[in-house]
Amino acid sequence: MGLLSKKATCNTHGQDSSYFLGWEEYEKNPYDEIKNPDGIIQMGLAENQLSFDLIESWLAKNPDAANFKREGQSIFRELALFQDYHGLPSFKKAMADFMSENRGNRVSFNPNKLVLTAGATSANETLMFCLADRGDAFLLPTPYYPGFDRDLKWRTGAEIVPIQCTSANGFRITKSALEEAYEQAQKLNLKVKGVLITNPSNPLGTTTTRTELNHLLDFISRKKIHLISDEIYSGTVFTSPGFISVMEVLKDRKLENTDVFDRVHIVYSLSKDLGLPGFRVGVIYSNDDFVVSAATKMSSFGLISSQTQYLLSTLLSDKNFTKNYLEENQIRLKNRHKKLVSGLEAAGIECLKSNAGLFCWVDMRHLLKSNTFEAEIELWKKIVYEVKLNISPGSSCHCNEPGWFRVCFANMSEETLKVALDRLKGFVDGPSSTRRSQIEHQRLKNLRKMKVSNWVFRLSFHDREPEER
Amino acid sequence: MGLPAKNKGAILSKIATNDQHGENSEYFDGWKAYDKDPFHLSRNPHGIIQMGLAENQLCLDLIKDWVKKNPEASICTLEGVHQFSDIANFQDYHGLKKFRQAIAHFMGKARGGKVTFDPERVVMSGGATGANETIMFCLADPGDVFLIPSPYYAAFDRDLRWRTGVEIIPVPCSSSNNFKLTVEAVDWAYKKAQESNKKVKGLILTNPSNPLGTMLDKDTLTNLVRFVTRKNIHLVVDEIYAATVFAGGDFVSVAEVVNDVDISEVNVDLIHIVYSLSKDMGLPGFRVGIVYSYNDSVVSCARKMSSFGLVSSQTQLMLASMLSDDRFVDNFLMESSRRLGIRHKVFTTGLKKADISCLTSDAGLFAWMDLRHLLRDRNSFESEIELWHIIIDKVKLNVSPGSSFHCTEPGWFRVCFANMDDDTLHVALGRIQDFVSKNNNKIVEQISENDQVIQNNNAKKQNWRQSNLRLSFRRLYEDGLSSPGIMSPHSPLLRA
Repeated sequence: MGLLSKKATCNTHGQDSSYFLGWEEYEKNPYDEIKNPDGIIQMGLAENQLSFDLIESWLAKNPDAANFKREGQSIFRELALFQDYHGLPSFKKAMADFMSENRGNRVSFNPNKLVLTAGATSANETLMFCLADRGDAFLLPTPYYPGFDRDLKWRTGAEIVPIQCTSANGFRITKSALEEAYEQAQKLNLKVKGVLITNPSNPLGTTTTRTELNHLLDFISRKKIHLISDEIYSGTVFTSPGFISVMEVLKDRKLENTDVFDRVHIVYSLSKDLGLPGFRVGVIYSNDDFVVSAATKMSSFGLISSQTQYLLSTLLSDKNFTKNYLEENQIRLKNRHKKLVSGLEAAGIECLKSNAGLFCWVDMRHLLKSNTFEAEIELWKKIVYEVKLNISPGSSCHCNEPGWFRVCFANMSEETLKVALDRLKGFVDGPSSTRRSQIEHQRLKNLRKMKVSNWVFRLSFHDREPEER
Repeated sequence: MGLPAKNKGAILSKIATNDQHGENSEYFDGWKAYDKDPFHLSRNPHGIIQMGLAENQLCLDLIKDWVKKNPEASICTLEGVHQFSDIANFQDYHGLKKFRQAIAHFMGKARGGKVTFDPERVVMSGGATGANETIMFCLADPGDVFLIPSPYYAAFDRDLRWRTGVEIIPVPCSSSNNFKLTVEAVDWAYKKAQESNKKVKGLILTNPSNPLGTMLDKDTLTNLVRFVTRKNIHLVVDEIYAATVFAGGDFVSVAEVVNDVDISEVNVDLIHIVYSLSKDMGLPGFRVGIVYSYNDSVVSCARKMSSFGLVSSQTQLMLASMLSDDRFVDNFLMESSRRLGIRHKVFTTGLKKADISCLTSDAGLFAWMDLRHLLRDRNSFESEIELWHIIIDKVKLNVSPGSSFHCTEPGWFRVCFANMDDDTLHVALGRIQDFVSKNNNKIVEQISENDQVIQNNNAKKQNWRQSNLRLSFRRLYEDGLSSPGIMSPHSPLLRA
C-alpha cells in the first residue's frame, strides 16, 4: 500500500514541465541590473509591475485603510474575527462594480452572485469541483495557461481535452475545432461537462471575438454543458478591438432567462489587472444560485484574509482611483507592448498581433532547426542558458505547432526590457561562432584603425553614426 | 430560474449536489435562532447569547495595541508603504521566509519552548480548514479511511471528506473514563475497519480536544506514535488549540514525543501537525493555516497544494513582524493563558451553582457540560435535541449538542466562553442559574404542599432538584416546542 495518496506521488501538478523548469533556472541565477547583470532575465512571469505607484500614492492619501479604521473608528477586532464565507459585503460590492467598470459598464454584476476565493487558482479549481465529477472532461482551446493542468485536474480528477487552434487563422476558436474536441472526448469515453476559455487569452494576448463567443454559446447550448470564462486579464486590454465579455453577449442576445445563462460562469482576480498576486484575491461569478451556494461553501478552504478584503474594499470603492488606474494602466501596458514588439521586429522576430495581456505570443518558427518540439526545446534551452532569458515554450502551453514562445513584458523595468531585447538581437544576429568571430574581427580592426589614425581622423570620427563609433 | 434542483444533479457535480458539506443538518437551528435574535448588552438584552462559537476574543486588545505601535509591519502606512510593491507582488508558495521563521518560532513558544520547529517544514494553507483538507489529499485516496476519536469537531465531516472522498470512522470515547482516548480503543477501531476490508490510512485527532478541552498525556501520545509506526499508518494531530491551555496546564505536542521517543519506535514520515492562528491568537479572519510534516514528500506535495489557499502576503508580513517580537509573544501567551483560566473558572463555578458539572479540562475555549440529568430519557438523542431546543428558546443560549460532535452518549453539550465579554458571560450564567432555580422552586413548593417527604439531606435535595428539574423540562417538552426548520444563512461550520 502506497504511503501517500496517488495525488502526492503523481505529477499532475504539472511542475515537472518546462514552464516551471525555466523558473528554477531563473531562481538559481536571477538578473539584477547592478548585482548580477549577466543573470537570467525573467520573461516567463505574467506579472503586472507597471502601476504600483498609483496604488502607493492612493495609500498615502487614505490612512484609514491602513490602520484598520472605518471613518476613524477602529474595526480591528471585527476584521480579526471576520471569517464569514459570504465575504465582506463592502468588498463584494466594490468588486462587482469594478468588474462592471472593466467592461465599460455594459454589464452589471450582482454582489450576491460573487464568491470570493484565494486567487483565480482556487476559483478555477473550485468551479471544477462544482461542475465536474472525477473523470469528466472540460474542453480548453490550445494554447492555454500551463497552470490549468494543476488547477483543473490535479485534485479534482477532471480531464482536459484540447480544442486545437492553429496559426493558420490566428489561433481563433472555430466551430469545427469545438466539434472535433467534443468527438475526441467521446472517443476517450469522457463525459464533457463544459468549455473553459481565458478571455483575454493567456498566452496569446488576444481578446476573444464576438464571433467566437457566439460559436461558444451556441455550442454549449446545443450540448447542454457549461462555459467558464476566465477573465483575469480583462483589465489589461490596451487597444482595439477592445474587450467583450461573454456576459455582454448573453445580454445582447437576450439570453438572460434561458438555461444557457445559468451555465455561464466567470472567473476573475486582481492578480493581473491590479498587479496584486500576493493578496490572493479571486472571484467566481455565476448566474446559477446553486453554483454560487456550493462554491461559497467550498470557499472555506481558501478565504481571502479579512484585512486584505478591507483594504481592497476601500481602494476599489474609490471610483476616481479605479477610473484613473484603469486608464493609466492601459496606457503603460500599450507602451510596453510596443517596445517589446518593435524590439523583436528589429531582431527579425514577429509576434501574433495582440491587444491585451502582459505578454506577446512570439513566432520563432524560423529559428528552429526542424519543425519539431524537440527543436523547440533545444531553442528554448539556448535562450534560457545562453541568451539568459526565461521565456515559455509553446509546448508548455500545449500549443500544437512548434516554434511559438510566450514572452512577458510587464514584470520588469524598461531598462531590463532593453537589455533583454539587446541580448535577443545579439543572439539572432550572431547565432554561430564563425559569425561571432567575424564580428569580433571587424571590431578589432575598427579599434586598431581608430588608435593608429586617431589624430588623423578625429574630425571625421564625429560624423559617423553612433553604432559605428 | 432554470432547472429544478433534481435536474441540477445532471449538470453539476456530485460533490456540489450531495450533503457532505454538512450544512443541512438540524444543528444549525441554534444559529438561525441566534441570527434572528442576537444578544446585545444594551440594545437587545433579552436576545440569544452565542455560546456555540469557539472563538478567542479575550486578547485582541493586546494585538491591536501591537499593530498600532508597529506601523512598519503594515504595507499601507507611511512607515511601511515602501514594501508595498514587493509584498503585493509576492505569491511564492514557499511564503515569505521571515513569515515561515516567525511561525516556526511561535509554534515553539506556544509549546512552552520544549520543542523547536523547522521553518522549511512550515507550509501555508487556507486556515486549518484548508490544512486539514490538504493533508487528506496528500495522504489518502478516495475511499481510504481515517480514524478519528469522537466526540470530534463537527466540520471535520466536511473538511476531511467532502471533496477528498476520504471516509472517516470514529473511535468512540465515553464518559466512563472521562472520554480519554486509549490505544486499545484505536486498535479496536482499526481492527474493525480492516475486517470490513477498509483501507485505513491513518488516525487524526485534535489535541487539545475540541469539544472536550482535554489534553492527551505524554504516555498515551507516545503509545499512539508507537502504534501508528507499528501499523505503518499516519498520525495527524490538529494542534489548533495548543496555546489555549490555562495557566498551570502542561501541553505535550506530538513534536515533543517525536523528539523524545527512541528512533526505532517512530517513523517520522508518518507524523504530521496541523496548526493555525485562529484560536491561539484569535485571528480567524486572517486565514492562517499551517501544515507541518516530518515527511519531506508531504511537505513538498502540501506546498504545491498550498497554491489553492496561500496566506495573503499582506497578512504574512504583518504576522512575520508580530510573531518575531519576543517580548510581545511572551507577554501575549502568558496573558492569554491567564485570562482563559480565569474565564474558565468563573464559568464552571457559575455552572456548579446550578448543579451543573463539566468534564474536567485544562484547555480550549469551551467547556464540555454534563446535562444528562436533565434529559427526559438518558438514552435518547431525541431527548438531547429537545433539551437543546429548550435551552435555545427558554434559556436563550446557543450551545452545541453533543450529537453534533458525534458523541455516542446523549446529554453532553459544548459551551463556549471565550467569545464574549465578562458582562455577557455573567448574564449567561445568571440565566442558567435563574432558570434552574425558578423551575426548582416551583416544583419544590408544589411538592411541599402535597407531600411531607422533604429531607434536609443535601444529597437527597440534590436528587429531588434534579428529578424535579427533569419534570419541569418534561412539562416544557410537552408544551410542544418546535424548532425553526430553515438553515442559518451563515456557515456555522466555520465558527464551530
